[in-house]
Amino acid sequence: MDTLKLSPLPIAPTNTQALLQAEHLYKSFVLHHQGSVKLPVLADVSLTVNPGECVALQGPSGSGKSTFMRALYANYRIDSGSIWVKHQGGWVDLPQIEAHQLIEVRQQTLGYVSQFLRVIPRVPAVEVAAEPLMELGVDADAAQTKVRDLFSRLNLPERLWALSPTTFSGGEKQRVNIARAFSVDYPILLLDEPTSALDAANRDVFMQLIEERKAQGCAMVGIFHDDEVRERVCDRVLTFG
Amino acid sequence: MQPLLTVNNLSKYYGDLKACDRISFTLYPGQVLGIIGESGSGKSTLLDSIAGHVPFENGIVEYCDRDNNPIDLRTLPEPRRRKLMKTEWGFVRQNPRDGLRMTVTAGANIGERLLDVGERHYGNIRTEALEWLSEVEIPHGRIDDFPSTFSGGMQQRLQLARILVTRPRIVLMDEPTGGLDVSVQARLLDLMRSLVRTLHLSVILVTHDIGVVRLLAHRLMVMQNGQVVESGLTDQVLDDPHHPYTQQLVNATLIP
Amino acid sequence: MTSSSPGSPGSPAPPPIPEPGFNFAYLDEQTKRAIRRAILKGVAIPGHQIPFSSREMPMSYGWGTGGIQVTASVIGQDDTLKVIDQGADDTTNAVNIRRFFKKVCGVATTEKTEEATLIQTRHRIPEKPLKAGQVFVYQVPMPEPLYFIEPSRTEANKMHALEEYGPMYVKLYEDITKFGRISLAYDYPVMVNGRHLMNPSPIPRFDNPKMDMNPALQLFGAGREKRIYAIPPYTQVKSLDFEDHPFSVENWEHPCEFCGATDSYLDEVVIDDQGGRMWICSDTDYCEQRQREQSGSAQKLG
Repeated sequence: MDTLKLSPLPIAPTNTQALLQAEHLYKSFVLHHQGSVKLPVLADVSLTVNPGECVALQGPSGSGKSTFMRALYANYRIDSGSIWVKHQGGWVDLPQIEAHQLIEVRQQTLGYVSQFLRVIPRVPAVEVAAEPLMELGVDADAAQTKVRDLFSRLNLPERLWALSPTTFSGGEKQRVNIARAFSVDYPILLLDEPTSALDAANRDVFMQLIEERKAQGCAMVGIFHDDEVRERVCDRVLTFG
Repeated sequence: MQPLLTVNNLSKYYGDLKACDRISFTLYPGQVLGIIGESGSGKSTLLDSIAGHVPFENGIVEYCDRDNNPIDLRTLPEPRRRKLMKTEWGFVRQNPRDGLRMTVTAGANIGERLLDVGERHYGNIRTEALEWLSEVEIPHGRIDDFPSTFSGGMQQRLQLARILVTRPRIVLMDEPTGGLDVSVQARLLDLMRSLVRTLHLSVILVTHDIGVVRLLAHRLMVMQNGQVVESGLTDQVLDDPHHPYTQQLVNATLIP
Repeated sequence: MTSSSPGSPGSPAPPPIPEPGFNFAYLDEQTKRAIRRAILKGVAIPGHQIPFSSREMPMSYGWGTGGIQVTASVIGQDDTLKVIDQGADDTTNAVNIRRFFKKVCGVATTEKTEEATLIQTRHRIPEKPLKAGQVFVYQVPMPEPLYFIEPSRTEANKMHALEEYGPMYVKLYEDITKFGRISLAYDYPVMVNGRHLMNPSPIPRFDNPKMDMNPALQLFGAGREKRIYAIPPYTQVKSLDFEDHPFSVENWEHPCEFCGATDSYLDEVVIDDQGGRMWICSDTDYCEQRQREQSGSAQKLG
């Protein structure tokens, strides 16, 4: 089968230090029901992130930073390029691996904090946030203890913990999302505008969390609309558009 | 990790009509695979073919059993296939009337699979039935009631209890939330999600409801005219649909 | 008592002459042969139902046409026939069938269980144990034990073939749930030879244990449903039950008011319109023989 491929097999990065290495990403969207218009969004974008480093993606709306972020999570499927992730001590190329391997990489290595929270009605916030830990096999009590700690640090009122986040405000939902992602010690974290609805105090808590994680060697990529946050936690900027 | 189920080039014809055209996929333990597509796309036929309810023309369906033996379901002798379907497999139907015995009590519905596999102690069966009623959130007091007196959502939960009692490893569901109120649906979805995790179930879920696959399925296959036109992780397919039909499907959904 | 004991030793009665114009035992020889083939198959697979082409008989379905065809196929000139209905030799159905065979076969008949070589029954097994060499024929209204669970014959056949008897236990489960015990009083399903689920015809559960390891050949004929099945001599027959709800038979607080038996199946008989009732043996032969013995010994004592 491999001999039939036109492009050469991707070669794993030689950089032994990096945790995430995106190489020559191309991505365009074809809108079949709108005259099959083709929108090229990413063209030859590359990025390497080392442990303890936080890279900000910056650029105007529509410049492709969000698409790039989603491509790194393999949420958007790229047209060509490689996304190398250091998973369990070895390199894996996200566009090449099978679905079940990708699920495993997301469970163990690659965390993602989005600005939205999608939940089943009726499930309490504490269970929503504990889910990633429980999927890793942590028992419910231990997982929820960890989540409760994060909830208190993020000043999420305790009366909300047992309620379904469906009725929460934007800021409350975001804090559930942050707790969900930060409860697991992912080696790589992708942050997609996680602070857009947070007030100053909680933004500060969030920045502390990021700094702690960076100190532990976590590699991060983020989109932050808030200059203060970006300047305080990010080491580098990748500019789009 | 070894796949639990491998489907390779499965084809099923009705005369000249290709109900399933060379379908291939693998299912891993603990995974929920969603199959979406409009009516007549072949998704239910695919499910029936995999479960052996209808014979298919070509292809291989290989299942890895509890003792780690690969089993070719197409050539498996019928007694063994039927036994497997009652122990390691489960089928949840859209219409509870097809999946339940409406004229016997809820307890007997749950007990039947145990009786099938040789349990002959009434007290033990009662105990198990009560446990599974709790598991699917049906009050213990309803154990001696007929399913015909249950609400639609309860009937679907009873269907789950009825198959889960023998600890199946793979559950096939055909539109399990069809015909239920939205609030009842949510409760069932939540229950199914937690059961998948706690019992480490693998599920093939056929539905036309994008909201349902979004919440339950890890992976997604989109079918049209008997073919799989797109597949991937659920969020990949729904957030970045490539095929014209998938784009149409996602765009037509109010809240995907 | 008109037809009794022509074969009793000491007083050999002349054999009755069969009605002219009929083949021996009414059915033609080819038909009897076909039915015997079905019976042989049945014997080879104990408890398994064999389809056969049930014939029109000179009485309506439901009056024991299945049993009569089986009897007609196995009866020989030197057989001694006994026919019982609900244990009694003197009820309409029993008298009719006995008279019928006397007419078309000219065989000897008896009411004594131990004297008969061939016994046709409706709804009872005699109290006196059957012996090796005897043939015991049951009239069966509904041969399929799974019918009430699985109305499709095709599916039921498959369940028998694959020994899928779980749903039968569902019925017993429901019984215990509803009544606290298995309440089936008659036609109580049995497992034959550890393999086939079988309806024993509507005999009371009291009689079920008699089928187990019985020295006689037991044949079952269902005329309307066109099925024949068999239990060969000395075959294991087990009544279905649960470990914590074992099979048990009926018992009575009263002895038989005629013969004083405490080990027989009793019928409850209403004797007046004041609610008065009595309990008597359903097996008339057993009851009469006991009464005779008692009056005999009483006379000796006197």
